[in-house]
Amino acid sequence: MSNQRLVELAVGLFILAAFGALLVLAFEVSGLNRLSGGDTYNVSATFNNIGGLRVRAPVKVGGVEIGSVESIRLNQDNYEATVTLALEGDKPHLPKDSSASILTEGLLGSKYISIQPGFDTEMLANNDTIDETHSAMILENLVGQFLYKTSGKGKDNK
Amino acid sequence: MINQIASLGRTGIETCRQIGVSGIFLFRTLVRMPQIRKTLPLLIQQMYAVGILSLLIIGVSGLFVGMVLALQGDHILSQFGSEDQLGQLVALSVTRELGPVLAALLFAGRAGTSLTAEIGLMRATDQLNSMEMMAVDPLLRVIRPRLVAGIIALPLLVLIFNVIAIYGSALIGVNWLGISSGSFWGNMQASVDFRTDVVNGIVKSIVFGVAVTWIAVYQGFYSKPNAAGIGRATTNTVIYGSLLVLALDFVLTAMMLGEW
Repeated sequence: MSNQRLVELAVGLFILAAFGALLVLAFEVSGLNRLSGGDTYNVSATFNNIGGLRVRAPVKVGGVEIGSVESIRLNQDNYEATVTLALEGDKPHLPKDSSASILTEGLLGSKYISIQPGFDTEMLANNDTIDETHSAMILENLVGQFLYKTSGKGKDNK
Repeated sequence: MINQIASLGRTGIETCRQIGVSGIFLFRTLVRMPQIRKTLPLLIQQMYAVGILSLLIIGVSGLFVGMVLALQGDHILSQFGSEDQLGQLVALSVTRELGPVLAALLFAGRAGTSLTAEIGLMRATDQLNSMEMMAVDPLLRVIRPRLVAGIIALPLLVLIFNVIAIYGSALIGVNWLGISSGSFWGNMQASVDFRTDVVNGIVKSIVFGVAVTWIAVYQGFYSKPNAAGIGRATTNTVIYGSLLVLALDFVLTAMMLGEW
């Protein structure tokens, strides 16, 4: 009788431990709490070229993460990329004339969006658009321009 | 020559027949009226036998897998100056692949063999036949609790394996190799997605649980009722179970990555 009771107790503890493990995986490892925690509002921005920006990439102000990229889609009219940002916080706190640029973490790191706050007293509200944007630097294009310029110089010297 | 071709054909037919028999066996075991009041105590007993008794080997191997991953990952990543990504590397490889597959292989070795040997010995000592004589269906009384316990226990073991492996790698990466704890966990949380990584790992482990336990109880139930037959059946459990787990893992990964 008491043996059976011990077995039941052990199995119960086993199942509890497994569910505890699931919770750890959910909140500690996959960071689920940041997705569901707190209110967010959406702001969109249009870029000529997003150059490898991914959905769920961080949005930072002064290096501090304040949100993430919600969705990326192509605007069919002018072939520009419309990026929707989900920013944390229930009330808007970014000036209306803020500018967004796509930067790279380190030389080869992943892309993120950096927002440079402006000076307007009006704030960005839900579903507003950031007008001033800077597209991603494409390394290949830069190298191409550099090569073009240096080869042009070489011809001039001849 | 003709005899050899014929024996090849006989082997093929026999293999197909066994697959069919095992399918009918699974169907007749599971598709029955559930008798929760009768089955639950047996199920708990089996959960103890296949789940808790496997906990030690699962936990210890999880710890060492995590620690080795941290050492190897740090060694490679430091060549690119990106040791900070270690948490991401360990968490993704453990939750997606290593956790479900390694735990299933260990489970086949630890719990699967003991199920096969136990049921095989019941067959050899005519315990299963005497149950039928007493109008107790061995499929319900013996096989079903073991099958269900295995299917429930493996996903739970995989969850525990994952957590222990990740904390093992944190132990080595953060406390020994000196990666900052913030970037270790932060990069991990930024890159691991609950739905596509953790849940897909659990789905894999459920499939592996069905495959391994099914093979184990089938091999035991249809083993030849003598010492050599039980040994043969136990070996087959490990071989077929491991191969099926690895093959299914490939198929499931291809499906989950959307290549199919």
